[in-house]
Amino acid sequence: MKLTLKIWRQKNAQDKGAMVDYKIDGIEPDMSFLEMLDVFNEQQINAGGDPVAFDHDCREGICGMCSLFINGEAHGPDRGVTTCQLHMRMFKDGDTITIEPFRSVAFPVVKDLVVNRSSFDRIQHAGGFISVNTSGNTIDANTIPVNKVDADHAFDAATCIGCGACVASCKNGSAMLFVGAKVSQYALLPQGKIEATERVLNMVKQMDEEGFGNCTNTGACEVECPKGISLENIARMNREYLSASMKG
Amino acid sequence: MALDSKIPNGPIADKWTNYKDHINLVNPANKRNLDIIVVGTGLAGGSAAATLAELGYNVKAFCFQDSPRRAHSIAAQGGINAAKNYKGDGDSVYRLFYDTVKGGDYRARESNVHRLAEVSSNIIDQCVAQGVPLAREYGGLLDNRSFGGALVSRTFYAQGQTGQQLLLGAYSAMNRQIGRGKIKMHNRHEMLDLVIVDGKARGIIARNLITGEIERHSAHAVVIGSGGYGNVFFLSTNAMGSNATAAWKIHKKGAFFANPCYTQIHPTCIPVSGDHQSKLTLMSESLRNDGRIWVPAKAEDAKAIREGKKSAKDLVEADRDYFLERRYPAFGNLVPRDVASRAAKERCDAGFGVNKTGEAVYLDFAAAVQRYGKEQAHIKGLDESDSALVTKLGTDVVRSKYGNLFQMYYKIVDEDPYTSPMMIYPAVHYTMGGTWVDYNLMTTIPGCFSIGESNFSDHGANRLGASALMQGLADGYFVLPYTIGAYLAPDIKLGAIPTNTPEFDAAEKGVKDQIERFMNNNGTQSVDYFHKKLGKIMWDKVGMARNAKGLTEAIAEISALREQFYKEVRVPGTDKGFNQELEKATRVADFLELGELFAKDALHRNESCGGHFREEYQTEEGEALRDDENFAYVAAWEYKGKPSDAVLHKEPLVFEAIKLVQRNYK
Repeated sequence: MKLTLKIWRQKNAQDKGAMVDYKIDGIEPDMSFLEMLDVFNEQQINAGGDPVAFDHDCREGICGMCSLFINGEAHGPDRGVTTCQLHMRMFKDGDTITIEPFRSVAFPVVKDLVVNRSSFDRIQHAGGFISVNTSGNTIDANTIPVNKVDADHAFDAATCIGCGACVASCKNGSAMLFVGAKVSQYALLPQGKIEATERVLNMVKQMDEEGFGNCTNTGACEVECPKGISLENIARMNREYLSASMKG
Repeated sequence: MALDSKIPNGPIADKWTNYKDHINLVNPANKRNLDIIVVGTGLAGGSAAATLAELGYNVKAFCFQDSPRRAHSIAAQGGINAAKNYKGDGDSVYRLFYDTVKGGDYRARESNVHRLAEVSSNIIDQCVAQGVPLAREYGGLLDNRSFGGALVSRTFYAQGQTGQQLLLGAYSAMNRQIGRGKIKMHNRHEMLDLVIVDGKARGIIARNLITGEIERHSAHAVVIGSGGYGNVFFLSTNAMGSNATAAWKIHKKGAFFANPCYTQIHPTCIPVSGDHQSKLTLMSESLRNDGRIWVPAKAEDAKAIREGKKSAKDLVEADRDYFLERRYPAFGNLVPRDVASRAAKERCDAGFGVNKTGEAVYLDFAAAVQRYGKEQAHIKGLDESDSALVTKLGTDVVRSKYGNLFQMYYKIVDEDPYTSPMMIYPAVHYTMGGTWVDYNLMTTIPGCFSIGESNFSDHGANRLGASALMQGLADGYFVLPYTIGAYLAPDIKLGAIPTNTPEFDAAEKGVKDQIERFMNNNGTQSVDYFHKKLGKIMWDKVGMARNAKGLTEAIAEISALREQFYKEVRVPGTDKGFNQELEKATRVADFLELGELFAKDALHRNESCGGHFREEYQTEEGEALRDDENFAYVAAWEYKGKPSDAVLHKEPLVFEAIKLVQRNYK
């Protein structure tokens, strides 16, 4: 396959950045999107150029490190996958592919396609935990039975990989799918209910302070989420928030 | 220097309890005067950082990823073992201990393994308390599945994302401490050297991967939880960034490196598709609960399949060779990983492989779909003879158990595993070897500890499935927090360690010199070019089957490649900012040394055991042939300037509770 790549190049956080056009040849349909970029970078290095910086690690869709806004969609045109699982068979010979970083006020660019998502970590620091000591001197794991339906829903929410596709896809730059998933995981489990009030208030407060926008129910985040995190989690967070605010 | 493993006296079942009863403790008020550096935030590093901070120590944690949640423990799929015996199928601490020692082909340290089995139950309690959503039955209690090398169901799981859920549990515990200010988290930082002051580990030199700054960090103890070195093979199931640099740097500063040749080649991975391949993807061992592994019984059928003239479905039962069930009737598809991998290689080498390259076998779920489908039809009172209905119901059950794995397979291979069998082949997955540690998890450098996959201690020559998560969390949550206190007790009045000392100056200079050398090298080849070459040597000559000739060649080839690397490598850009090529260069430089020591260790071990298979040492049936008389020891290598000069130290393995026999899974 022969392709034209339009890639966002930006030296560092201070640089203004711009789209730059490149041609690439010899791409096979069985390659992953990131392997295509590996080939591109190998060519850049051999030609004395500067390889494009992009985040990636596990390359099996679970670590949440890879990002990229490809042809206007977070993680590209395929559904239910991260960029590292996207394969070139989704594209045609002669295609032009636009590659940009995940853009958001709360995700400043580090270099080229790499952004800083530490704002997600800070929301978790504010309340993304159950305050139990890790000494192991707790009760037996089977002491509190958990309804399987609740446990399964908690698991579904907990499969969020924290990649930030929801934020990048949202016209408001909202992080509510991400935060809603964490709030839901704990709200659905008996172990998490004890601190539910404080947790949702603290996490939402931090989310707002980081500069993420609000949710206006367009649902783009759910469509683009590589893990299929459901909008129900946002609704559940809103309910939790409302009831917490009344208590507070 | 003689190795002292510091194993406590007394009967095996009492050692850990007695030890805890008699160690030195640090009182809570003094803990806040002590700093601990933790490098790596996977299950071991993350759980250690959280627990140490909870206890009151000041923790400085480091990871090279953009968040501690991204550590590669997140990718572990299948499960975590614990001797809970919730199933009432005869499990016990002793049985988990026994299975682990046997699974490791009698090359693990008994006392450490017993301790691991003892604390395993606590891990599950702990994780449930943290809100980790482990799989449950309809009655609300926790569910279990079976894993290789065991005759009981003791594996707890969260679909195919157990590692993710456990790591996010540890990450949440870290977050609580980061929020309290007890953990100072350094994301996108890479440790590039250890600082030793008066013979004790007192700090590290790290590079800020965003600004390129070289930083000094001091502490009263340094904990390495940086994972394994599987990426020495270039292609492995490890993450692209997984590296051995932290472990190798401490080795070069005096920590012995143990059993580097014990590497796990996992039997069920998606086969290599071409030269562009950057990594290999695991298909969880849990799939062997329900999947049956086979190749065609006749070579001509295999050939026809390779040429695309036949497909798996064209072969009737009689024409299929379920080779694991045939060779190992007792354990069948659930033999340990090393055994399953070698059996698949044996069939493929004999010409029975089923993909274009001839390096793949089938993993087939058709029988499981039928079995579950009939069960569901029966439960729901539907027609069990309606084959379309049974297939649909069965497919739903399989999807609920392994849905994410099947989806992953489909996206990579572009073939639907619900309707045609998966194709799989072994791939490098885990390294049992690592830094040598004593019973306290301390390396041969006082004050420098090593936990999780980065140490060597619990898995012997082969790790059983679902034991890595167990060991990582055991070390971090329940073992290190005790043992490190005993070490730190005399340091309570020392005060903060200054970083403006000659020791820090020297370590920092070494790091800066290496970086400068790469930046000014003006070579012609990329880092990946050398990494791929190293990987090929390792896979061809130090992989699933090894022999003296190949290993001798590998040693010479790696040494020559290392020289070429320093002459010809090209690192573009600047070191004063974000530079991924520079990151790779520093990591590959270490792999190029480690790979040689790996081959040297494999050459010296004139026996086969677990993941180390020497072609010269096998039984008539092709099973691993151990030599307990001469090799029942841990090989701990001391760095002496270059890998070829490494000096061997032996820690004899004494088995008191378990009798050494040939492993038998028949």
